[in-house]
Amino acid sequence: MIYLIFAYFCASMIGITLMALTRKNPVHSVLWLLLLFLHIAVLYLFLNAEFLAVVQVIVYAGAILVMFLFTVFLLGAKELPKGKRYTDLPEGKALIGLSLTGVFIGAFSSITTAWKGKYTIEYIEKIGNTKALGVMLFNEYPLAVFLLGIILLIPMIAVAVIAWRAK
Amino acid sequence: MIELIIIFIKTAVVFGVVLAHVAYTTYAERKIIGRAQARMGPMEVGPYGLLQPIADFIKIFFKEDIVPMNAEKVLFQIAPLIVLVFTMINLTVIPFDRNFILADLNIGLLFILASASVAVYGIILAGWSSNSRYSFLGGLRSASQVLSYEIALGLSLAGVVLSAGSLNLREIVIAQHNTVFGVYAIPQIIGFIVFVISAFAETNRAPFDLPEAETELVAGYLTEYSAFRYALFFLAEYVAMYIMAFLCALCFLGGWTIPKFIIDILPFLEKVPGILWFAIKVYAFIFLYIWVRATLPRYRFDQLLNIGWKVLIPAGIVNLLIVAFIKRLGL
Repeated sequence: MIYLIFAYFCASMIGITLMALTRKNPVHSVLWLLLLFLHIAVLYLFLNAEFLAVVQVIVYAGAILVMFLFTVFLLGAKELPKGKRYTDLPEGKALIGLSLTGVFIGAFSSITTAWKGKYTIEYIEKIGNTKALGVMLFNEYPLAVFLLGIILLIPMIAVAVIAWRAK
Repeated sequence: MIELIIIFIKTAVVFGVVLAHVAYTTYAERKIIGRAQARMGPMEVGPYGLLQPIADFIKIFFKEDIVPMNAEKVLFQIAPLIVLVFTMINLTVIPFDRNFILADLNIGLLFILASASVAVYGIILAGWSSNSRYSFLGGLRSASQVLSYEIALGLSLAGVVLSAGSLNLREIVIAQHNTVFGVYAIPQIIGFIVFVISAFAETNRAPFDLPEAETELVAGYLTEYSAFRYALFFLAEYVAMYIMAFLCALCFLGGWTIPKFIIDILPFLEKVPGILWFAIKVYAFIFLYIWVRATLPRYRFDQLLNIGWKVLIPAGIVNLLIVAFIKRLGL
Protein backbone atom coordinates (compact mmCIF):
# COMPACT_ATOMS: atom_id res chain seq x y z
CA MET A 1 0.00 0.00 0.00
CA ILE A 2 2.65 2.48 1.07
CA TYR A 3 4.67 1.64 -2.04
CA LEU A 4 1.67 2.40 -4.20
CA ILE A 5 1.28 5.82 -2.61
CA PHE A 6 5.00 6.43 -2.96
CA ALA A 7 4.85 5.42 -6.62
CA TYR A 8 1.91 7.74 -7.17
CA PHE A 9 3.81 10.67 -5.68
CA CYS A 10 6.96 9.98 -7.69
CA ALA A 11 5.05 9.63 -10.94
CA SER A 12 2.95 12.71 -10.35
CA MET A 13 6.05 14.72 -9.44
CA ILE A 14 7.54 13.99 -12.83
CA GLY A 15 4.25 14.91 -14.51
CA ILE A 16 3.96 18.13 -12.51
CA THR A 17 7.54 19.11 -13.36
CA LEU A 18 6.80 18.64 -17.06
CA MET A 19 3.64 20.73 -16.71
CA ALA A 20 5.59 23.47 -14.91
CA LEU A 21 8.21 23.53 -17.66
CA THR A 22 5.82 23.61 -20.59
CA ARG A 23 3.27 26.22 -19.46
CA LYS A 24 3.28 29.40 -21.54
CA ASN A 25 1.89 31.59 -18.78
CA PRO A 26 4.57 32.09 -16.08
CA VAL A 27 1.93 32.35 -13.34
CA HIS A 28 0.71 28.87 -14.22
CA SER A 29 4.30 27.60 -14.13
CA VAL A 30 4.73 28.98 -10.62
CA LEU A 31 1.50 27.32 -9.51
CA TRP A 32 2.59 23.93 -10.85
CA LEU A 33 5.84 24.50 -8.99
CA LEU A 34 3.81 25.07 -5.82
CA LEU A 35 2.11 21.71 -6.33
CA LEU A 36 5.53 20.14 -6.88
CA PHE A 37 6.85 21.57 -3.59
CA LEU A 38 3.86 20.21 -1.70
CA HIS A 39 4.53 16.78 -3.22
CA ILE A 40 8.18 16.99 -2.18
CA ALA A 41 7.01 17.73 1.36
CA VAL A 42 5.03 14.47 1.25
CA LEU A 43 8.18 12.63 0.15
CA TYR A 44 9.87 13.90 3.32
CA LEU A 45 6.97 12.47 5.28
CA PHE A 46 7.75 9.06 3.76
CA LEU A 47 11.20 9.41 5.36
CA ASN A 48 9.52 10.21 8.71
CA ALA A 49 11.12 13.66 8.52
CA GLU A 50 8.06 15.64 9.49
CA PHE A 51 10.08 18.69 10.52
CA LEU A 52 11.74 18.90 7.11
CA ALA A 53 8.37 18.44 5.41
CA VAL A 54 6.84 21.37 7.24
CA VAL A 55 9.91 23.53 6.74
CA GLN A 56 9.77 22.69 3.05
CA VAL A 57 6.22 24.01 2.93
CA ILE A 58 6.92 27.11 5.02
CA VAL A 59 10.17 28.16 3.35
CA TYR A 60 9.79 27.04 -0.26
CA ALA A 61 6.04 27.01 -0.82
CA GLY A 62 5.20 29.77 1.63
CA ALA A 63 8.00 32.28 1.19
CA ILE A 64 10.20 31.74 -1.85
CA LEU A 65 7.44 30.88 -4.30
CA VAL A 66 5.40 33.90 -3.24
CA MET A 67 8.44 36.01 -4.11
CA PHE A 68 8.52 34.31 -7.53
CA LEU A 69 4.85 35.09 -7.97
CA PHE A 70 5.41 38.72 -6.98
CA THR A 71 8.25 39.02 -9.48
CA VAL A 72 6.09 37.59 -12.25
CA PHE A 73 3.29 39.98 -11.35
CA LEU A 74 5.60 43.00 -11.20
CA LEU A 75 7.16 42.19 -14.56
CA GLY A 76 3.64 41.90 -15.93
CA ALA A 77 4.69 39.01 -18.17
CA LYS A 78 1.46 37.54 -19.46
CA GLU A 79 3.27 35.17 -21.79
CA LEU A 80 6.88 34.21 -22.14
CA PRO A 81 8.59 35.60 -25.27
CA LYS A 82 9.07 33.01 -28.00
CA GLY A 83 12.70 33.46 -28.93
CA LYS A 84 15.50 31.05 -29.71
CA ARG A 85 16.78 29.44 -26.54
CA TYR A 86 20.20 28.10 -25.67
CA THR A 87 18.66 24.63 -25.22
CA ASP A 88 17.59 24.61 -28.88
CA LEU A 89 21.21 24.68 -30.05
CA PRO A 90 23.03 21.34 -30.50
CA GLU A 91 25.82 22.26 -28.08
CA GLY A 92 23.24 23.36 -25.52
CA LYS A 93 21.43 20.04 -25.81
CA ALA A 94 24.69 18.12 -25.44
CA LEU A 95 25.83 20.13 -22.44
CA ILE A 96 22.54 19.73 -20.57
CA GLY A 97 22.31 16.02 -21.40
CA LEU A 98 25.86 15.39 -20.19
CA SER A 99 25.44 17.37 -16.99
CA LEU A 100 22.13 15.66 -16.18
CA THR A 101 23.81 12.26 -16.69
CA GLY A 102 26.57 13.40 -14.34
CA VAL A 103 24.02 14.38 -11.69
CA PHE A 104 22.24 11.02 -12.00
CA ILE A 105 25.49 9.06 -11.76
CA GLY A 106 26.52 11.09 -8.74
CA ALA A 107 23.15 10.57 -7.08
CA PHE A 108 22.92 6.84 -7.72
CA SER A 109 26.51 6.11 -6.69
CA SER A 110 26.06 7.78 -3.30
CA ILE A 111 22.87 6.03 -2.14
CA THR A 112 23.12 5.07 1.51
CA THR A 113 20.52 2.66 2.86
CA ALA A 114 20.90 3.40 6.57
CA TRP A 115 22.68 5.91 8.73
CA LYS A 116 25.59 4.69 10.77
CA GLY A 117 26.59 5.91 14.19
CA LYS A 118 24.56 7.38 17.01
CA TYR A 119 21.45 8.46 15.11
CA THR A 120 19.73 5.13 14.61
CA ILE A 121 16.04 4.77 13.82
CA GLU A 122 15.32 3.62 17.37
CA TYR A 123 17.06 6.67 18.82
CA ILE A 124 15.11 9.05 16.58
CA GLU A 125 11.83 7.30 17.36
CA LYS A 126 12.55 7.70 21.05
CA ILE A 127 13.26 11.41 21.18
CA GLY A 128 11.40 12.57 18.07
CA ASN A 129 12.64 13.68 14.69
CA THR A 130 12.56 17.41 15.41
CA LYS A 131 14.44 17.10 18.67
CA ALA A 132 17.04 14.77 17.13
CA LEU A 133 17.63 17.30 14.36
CA GLY A 134 17.95 20.16 16.82
CA VAL A 135 20.31 18.30 19.13
CA MET A 136 22.51 17.32 16.19
CA LEU A 137 22.54 20.77 14.57
CA PHE A 138 23.34 22.72 17.70
CA ASN A 139 25.74 20.24 19.30
CA GLU A 140 27.69 18.88 16.38
CA TYR A 141 27.55 21.70 13.82
CA PRO A 142 27.21 24.91 15.87
CA LEU A 143 29.75 26.77 13.73
CA ALA A 144 27.97 25.90 10.48
CA VAL A 145 24.62 27.06 11.90
CA PHE A 146 26.25 30.26 13.11
CA LEU A 147 27.86 30.92 9.72
CA LEU A 148 24.58 30.25 7.89
CA GLY A 149 22.86 32.71 10.16
CA ILE A 150 25.43 35.37 9.29
CA ILE A 151 25.15 34.58 5.58
CA LEU A 152 21.39 35.09 5.81
CA LEU A 153 21.81 38.26 7.85
CA ILE A 154 24.11 39.99 5.36
CA PRO A 155 21.56 40.22 2.49
CA MET A 156 19.01 41.52 4.97
CA ILE A 157 21.36 44.37 5.93
CA ALA A 158 22.10 44.96 2.24
CA VAL A 159 18.40 45.26 1.41
CA ALA A 160 17.92 47.68 4.30
CA VAL A 161 20.85 49.80 3.07
CA ILE A 162 19.52 49.89 -0.50
CA ALA A 163 16.04 50.83 0.68
CA TRP A 164 17.55 53.52 2.87
CA ARG A 165 19.41 55.08 -0.04
CA ALA A 166 16.35 55.04 -2.29
CA LYS A 167 14.60 57.26 0.18
CA MET B 1 -12.37 -0.31 11.42
CA ILE B 2 -14.07 0.88 14.61
CA GLU B 3 -11.14 3.26 15.17
CA LEU B 4 -11.70 4.73 11.74
CA ILE B 5 -15.37 5.36 12.53
CA ILE B 6 -14.42 7.04 15.82
CA ILE B 7 -11.96 9.31 14.03
CA PHE B 8 -14.63 10.11 11.46
CA ILE B 9 -17.20 11.00 14.12
CA LYS B 10 -14.67 13.12 16.02
CA THR B 11 -13.77 15.03 12.85
CA ALA B 12 -17.43 15.60 12.04
CA VAL B 13 -18.08 16.88 15.57
CA VAL B 14 -15.13 19.29 15.49
CA PHE B 15 -15.96 20.66 12.05
CA GLY B 16 -19.66 20.90 12.83
CA VAL B 17 -19.14 22.69 16.12
CA VAL B 18 -16.65 25.14 14.62
CA LEU B 19 -18.89 25.88 11.63
CA ALA B 20 -21.89 26.47 13.90
CA HIS B 21 -19.71 28.83 15.92
CA VAL B 22 -18.68 30.62 12.74
CA ALA B 23 -22.32 31.15 11.77
CA TYR B 24 -23.18 32.63 15.13
CA THR B 25 -19.97 34.68 15.26
CA THR B 26 -21.33 36.70 12.35
CA TYR B 27 -24.50 37.22 14.41
CA ALA B 28 -22.50 38.19 17.51
CA GLU B 29 -20.40 40.55 15.43
CA ARG B 30 -23.42 42.35 14.03
CA LYS B 31 -25.04 42.55 17.47
CA ILE B 32 -21.91 43.81 19.24
CA ILE B 33 -21.06 46.36 16.56
CA GLY B 34 -24.70 47.43 16.59
CA ARG B 35 -24.56 48.01 20.32
CA ALA B 36 -21.24 49.85 19.99
CA GLN B 37 -22.90 52.20 17.50
CA ALA B 38 -26.11 52.57 19.58
CA ARG B 39 -28.17 50.38 17.20
CA MET B 40 -30.00 47.15 17.86
CA GLY B 41 -28.31 44.97 15.24
CA PRO B 42 -30.35 42.25 13.47
CA MET B 43 -33.80 41.95 15.07
CA GLU B 44 -36.21 40.82 12.35
CA VAL B 45 -35.58 37.10 11.73
CA GLY B 46 -36.61 35.05 14.75
CA PRO B 47 -36.53 36.23 18.37
CA TYR B 48 -33.77 38.87 18.76
CA GLY B 49 -32.77 38.07 15.19
CA LEU B 50 -31.36 34.71 16.25
CA LEU B 51 -32.18 33.02 12.94
CA GLN B 52 -30.41 35.72 10.91
CA PRO B 53 -27.27 33.62 10.12
CA ILE B 54 -29.44 30.79 8.78
CA ALA B 55 -31.44 33.18 6.64
CA ASP B 56 -28.21 34.68 5.29
CA PHE B 57 -26.87 31.23 4.53
CA ILE B 58 -29.98 30.18 2.60
CA LYS B 59 -30.02 33.44 0.68
CA ILE B 60 -26.36 33.33 -0.34
CA PHE B 61 -26.54 29.68 -1.30
CA PHE B 62 -29.29 30.19 -3.86
CA LYS B 63 -27.72 33.20 -5.56
CA GLU B 64 -26.20 32.94 -9.01
CA ASP B 65 -22.51 32.08 -9.15
CA ILE B 66 -21.05 34.59 -11.60
CA VAL B 67 -17.66 34.11 -13.24
CA PRO B 68 -16.39 37.22 -15.06
CA MET B 69 -15.84 36.75 -18.79
CA ASN B 70 -12.12 37.62 -18.75
CA ALA B 71 -11.34 35.72 -15.58
CA GLU B 72 -9.05 32.69 -15.49
CA LYS B 73 -11.93 30.33 -14.99
CA VAL B 74 -10.31 27.35 -13.23
CA LEU B 75 -8.14 29.40 -10.89
CA PHE B 76 -11.02 31.75 -10.17
CA GLN B 77 -13.12 28.80 -9.08
CA ILE B 78 -10.54 26.95 -6.97
CA ALA B 79 -9.10 30.01 -5.19
CA PRO B 80 -11.78 30.09 -2.44
CA LEU B 81 -11.38 26.35 -1.95
CA ILE B 82 -7.61 26.71 -1.44
CA VAL B 83 -8.18 29.30 1.25
CA LEU B 84 -10.91 27.30 2.97
CA VAL B 85 -9.16 23.92 2.85
CA PHE B 86 -5.83 25.18 4.14
CA THR B 87 -7.59 27.10 6.91
CA MET B 88 -9.87 24.30 8.06
CA ILE B 89 -7.07 21.72 7.97
CA ASN B 90 -5.63 23.50 11.03
CA LEU B 91 -8.54 22.32 13.14
CA THR B 92 -7.04 18.82 13.11
CA VAL B 93 -4.03 19.73 15.27
CA ILE B 94 -5.86 21.85 17.88
CA PRO B 95 -6.20 20.15 21.29
CA PHE B 96 -9.61 21.21 22.58
CA ASP B 97 -9.27 19.37 25.85
CA ARG B 98 -6.75 17.18 27.67
CA ASN B 99 -7.56 14.17 25.50
CA PHE B 100 -9.55 15.62 22.66
CA ILE B 101 -7.35 16.20 19.65
CA LEU B 102 -7.82 14.85 16.16
CA ALA B 103 -4.14 14.45 15.24
CA ASP B 104 -1.55 14.76 17.99
CA LEU B 105 1.29 15.95 15.76
CA ASN B 106 4.77 16.51 17.17
CA ILE B 107 4.98 19.69 15.14
CA GLY B 108 1.45 21.01 15.54
CA LEU B 109 2.49 24.64 15.81
CA LEU B 110 4.64 24.50 12.67
CA PHE B 111 1.83 22.74 10.85
CA ILE B 112 -0.46 25.70 11.51
CA LEU B 113 2.17 28.18 10.30
CA ALA B 114 2.76 26.08 7.17
CA SER B 115 -0.87 25.82 6.16
CA ALA B 116 -1.35 29.53 6.86
CA SER B 117 1.46 30.27 4.43
CA VAL B 118 -0.16 28.12 1.74
CA ALA B 119 -3.59 29.67 2.29
CA VAL B 120 -2.14 33.02 1.12
CA TYR B 121 -2.02 31.58 -2.41
CA GLY B 122 -5.81 31.40 -2.48
CA ILE B 123 -6.02 35.13 -1.85
CA ILE B 124 -3.31 36.05 -4.37
CA LEU B 125 -4.91 33.81 -6.99
CA ALA B 126 -8.37 35.19 -6.29
CA GLY B 127 -6.98 38.66 -6.94
CA TRP B 128 -5.03 37.67 -10.04
CA SER B 129 -7.55 35.40 -11.72
CA SER B 130 -10.40 37.92 -11.42
CA ASN B 131 -8.58 40.02 -14.03
CA SER B 132 -9.72 43.21 -12.37
CA ARG B 133 -7.50 46.00 -11.03
CA TYR B 134 -9.27 46.28 -7.69
CA SER B 135 -9.06 42.56 -7.10
CA PHE B 136 -5.43 42.39 -8.14
CA LEU B 137 -4.36 45.24 -5.87
CA GLY B 138 -6.34 43.72 -3.01
CA GLY B 139 -4.68 40.35 -3.56
CA LEU B 140 -1.17 41.84 -3.67
CA ARG B 141 -1.83 43.88 -0.55
CA SER B 142 -3.12 40.89 1.29
CA ALA B 143 -0.14 38.78 0.27
CA SER B 144 2.46 41.31 1.40
CA GLN B 145 0.55 41.92 4.61
CA VAL B 146 0.19 38.26 5.52
CA LEU B 147 3.81 37.50 4.60
CA SER B 148 5.17 40.39 6.68
CA TYR B 149 3.10 39.61 9.73
CA GLU B 150 3.78 35.90 9.57
CA ILE B 151 7.37 36.66 10.56
CA ALA B 152 6.26 38.61 13.63
CA LEU B 153 3.75 35.90 14.47
CA GLY B 154 6.43 33.22 14.13
CA LEU B 155 8.87 35.19 16.32
CA SER B 156 6.31 35.64 19.09
CA LEU B 157 5.47 31.93 18.96
CA ALA B 158 9.20 31.07 18.95
CA GLY B 159 9.39 32.43 22.49
CA VAL B 160 6.60 30.07 23.52
CA VAL B 161 8.28 27.12 21.81
CA LEU B 162 11.59 27.97 23.48
CA SER B 163 10.17 28.09 26.98
CA ALA B 164 7.94 25.05 26.53
CA GLY B 165 10.66 23.05 24.75
CA SER B 166 8.20 21.52 22.32
CA LEU B 167 6.31 22.19 19.12
CA ASN B 168 3.45 19.95 20.20
CA LEU B 169 0.49 22.12 21.20
CA ARG B 170 -0.60 19.70 23.94
CA GLU B 171 2.87 19.66 25.48
CA ILE B 172 3.02 23.46 25.27
CA VAL B 173 -0.14 23.70 27.38
CA ILE B 174 1.17 21.17 29.90
CA ALA B 175 4.54 22.93 30.17
CA GLN B 176 2.69 26.19 30.63
CA HIS B 177 0.55 24.76 33.41
CA ASN B 178 3.68 23.78 35.31
CA THR B 179 5.11 27.31 35.42
CA VAL B 180 4.58 29.74 38.30
CA PHE B 181 2.04 31.93 36.53
CA GLY B 182 0.35 29.12 34.64
CA VAL B 183 0.09 31.28 31.52
CA TYR B 184 2.82 32.51 29.19
CA ALA B 185 0.99 35.80 28.66
CA ILE B 186 2.47 37.23 31.88
CA PRO B 187 6.20 36.41 31.63
CA GLN B 188 6.14 36.92 27.84
CA ILE B 189 3.97 40.00 27.78
CA ILE B 190 5.87 41.51 24.81
CA GLY B 191 5.44 38.32 22.81
CA PHE B 192 1.76 38.22 23.72
CA ILE B 193 1.14 41.76 22.47
CA VAL B 194 3.10 41.06 19.28
CA PHE B 195 1.07 37.89 18.78
CA VAL B 196 -2.28 39.62 19.23
CA ILE B 197 -1.45 42.43 16.78
CA SER B 198 -0.05 40.02 14.19
CA ALA B 199 -3.06 37.74 14.60
CA PHE B 200 -5.29 40.66 13.64
CA ALA B 201 -3.19 41.44 10.58
CA GLU B 202 -2.75 37.78 9.63
CA THR B 203 -6.51 37.27 9.36
CA ASN B 204 -7.02 40.54 7.45
CA ARG B 205 -9.27 41.93 10.14
CA ALA B 206 -9.85 45.50 11.25
CA PRO B 207 -7.86 47.66 11.89
CA PHE B 208 -5.67 45.91 9.31
CA ASP B 209 -8.38 44.96 6.79
CA LEU B 210 -6.61 46.81 3.98
CA PRO B 211 -7.06 44.07 1.37
CA GLU B 212 -10.77 44.89 1.43
CA ALA B 213 -10.58 48.61 2.14
CA GLU B 214 -13.96 49.65 0.73
CA THR B 215 -13.03 53.28 0.21
CA GLU B 216 -10.06 52.44 -2.02
CA LEU B 217 -10.57 49.01 -3.49
CA VAL B 218 -14.33 48.26 -3.51
CA ALA B 219 -13.92 44.88 -1.78
CA GLY B 220 -10.32 43.98 -2.64
CA TYR B 221 -9.77 40.45 -3.85
CA LEU B 222 -13.45 39.66 -3.21
CA THR B 223 -14.75 42.23 -5.71
CA GLU B 224 -15.62 39.83 -8.53
CA TYR B 225 -16.90 37.00 -6.36
CA SER B 226 -20.54 36.30 -5.77
CA ALA B 227 -22.84 33.78 -4.13
CA PHE B 228 -21.35 30.80 -2.35
CA ARG B 229 -17.77 31.38 -3.48
CA TYR B 230 -17.95 34.72 -1.73
CA ALA B 231 -19.42 32.91 1.27
CA LEU B 232 -16.51 30.44 1.22
CA PHE B 233 -14.03 33.32 1.59
CA PHE B 234 -16.02 34.67 4.51
CA LEU B 235 -16.21 31.24 6.07
CA ALA B 236 -12.43 30.91 5.72
CA GLU B 237 -11.90 34.32 7.30
CA TYR B 238 -13.98 33.43 10.33
CA VAL B 239 -12.41 29.99 10.69
CA ALA B 240 -9.00 31.70 10.53
CA MET B 241 -10.14 34.01 13.33
CA TYR B 242 -11.02 30.97 15.40
CA ILE B 243 -7.68 29.32 14.62
CA MET B 244 -5.88 32.43 15.86
CA ALA B 245 -8.09 32.48 18.97
CA PHE B 246 -7.29 28.80 19.58
CA LEU B 247 -3.57 29.48 19.15
CA CYS B 248 -3.73 32.42 21.54
CA ALA B 249 -5.61 30.39 24.15
CA LEU B 250 -3.23 27.43 23.79
CA CYS B 251 0.11 29.21 23.59
CA PHE B 252 -0.41 32.20 25.85
CA LEU B 253 -3.47 31.68 28.04
CA GLY B 254 -3.00 28.09 29.21
CA GLY B 255 -5.44 26.27 26.94
CA TRP B 256 -7.85 24.04 28.85
CA THR B 257 -6.04 24.59 32.19
CA ILE B 258 -6.29 27.39 34.72
CA PRO B 259 -3.24 28.63 36.67
CA LYS B 260 -2.31 26.60 39.75
CA PHE B 261 -2.45 29.58 42.12
CA ILE B 262 -6.12 30.06 41.30
CA ILE B 263 -6.81 26.39 42.04
CA ASP B 264 -4.99 26.83 45.38
CA ILE B 265 -7.38 29.62 46.35
CA LEU B 266 -10.56 28.14 44.86
CA PRO B 267 -10.07 24.35 44.76
CA PHE B 268 -13.58 23.58 43.46
CA LEU B 269 -12.67 25.12 40.08
CA GLU B 270 -10.59 22.03 39.32
CA LYS B 271 -13.81 20.06 38.75
CA VAL B 272 -14.90 22.32 35.87
CA PRO B 273 -14.30 20.54 32.53
CA GLY B 274 -11.27 21.86 30.67
CA ILE B 275 -13.15 22.52 27.46
CA LEU B 276 -15.15 25.21 29.28
CA TRP B 277 -12.01 27.16 30.19
CA PHE B 278 -10.79 26.77 26.65
CA ALA B 279 -14.11 28.04 25.28
CA ILE B 280 -14.11 31.05 27.62
CA LYS B 281 -10.60 32.05 26.49
CA VAL B 282 -11.49 31.61 22.83
CA TYR B 283 -14.71 33.61 23.16
CA ALA B 284 -12.81 36.40 24.91
CA PHE B 285 -10.37 36.59 22.02
CA ILE B 286 -13.17 36.58 19.43
CA PHE B 287 -14.89 39.34 21.39
CA LEU B 288 -11.62 41.31 21.27
CA TYR B 289 -11.61 40.92 17.47
CA ILE B 290 -15.11 42.34 17.20
CA TRP B 291 -14.53 45.03 19.81
CA VAL B 292 -11.45 46.29 17.96
CA ARG B 293 -13.36 46.31 14.69
CA ALA B 294 -16.08 48.44 16.25
CA THR B 295 -13.59 50.82 17.85
CA LEU B 296 -10.45 51.46 15.81
CA PRO B 297 -10.15 53.15 12.41
CA ARG B 298 -8.29 51.46 9.58
CA TYR B 299 -4.54 51.96 9.14
CA ARG B 300 -2.91 53.24 5.97
CA PHE B 301 -0.98 50.62 4.01
CA ASP B 302 2.49 52.11 4.57
CA GLN B 303 1.69 52.49 8.27
CA LEU B 304 0.69 48.84 8.36
CA LEU B 305 3.96 47.63 6.84
CA ASN B 306 5.97 50.03 9.03
CA ILE B 307 4.36 48.64 12.17
CA GLY B 308 5.05 45.11 11.01
CA TRP B 309 8.69 45.49 10.04
CA LYS B 310 9.94 48.29 12.31
CA VAL B 311 8.03 47.64 15.53
CA LEU B 312 6.64 44.13 15.77
CA ILE B 313 9.59 42.16 14.36
CA PRO B 314 12.22 43.92 16.56
CA ALA B 315 9.87 43.53 19.55
CA GLY B 316 9.50 39.85 18.72
CA ILE B 317 13.29 39.43 18.59
CA VAL B 318 13.68 41.23 21.93
CA ASN B 319 11.05 38.94 23.43
CA LEU B 320 12.87 35.90 22.08
CA LEU B 321 16.17 37.13 23.59
CA ILE B 322 14.56 37.75 26.97
CA VAL B 323 12.98 34.30 26.96
CA ALA B 324 16.29 32.74 25.96
CA PHE B 325 18.11 34.47 28.84
CA ILE B 326 15.40 33.49 31.32
CA LYS B 327 15.57 29.91 30.13
CA ARG B 328 19.40 29.85 30.27
CA LEU B 329 19.58 31.34 33.75
CA GLY B 330 16.81 29.01 34.92
CA LEU B 331 14.67 31.73 36.44
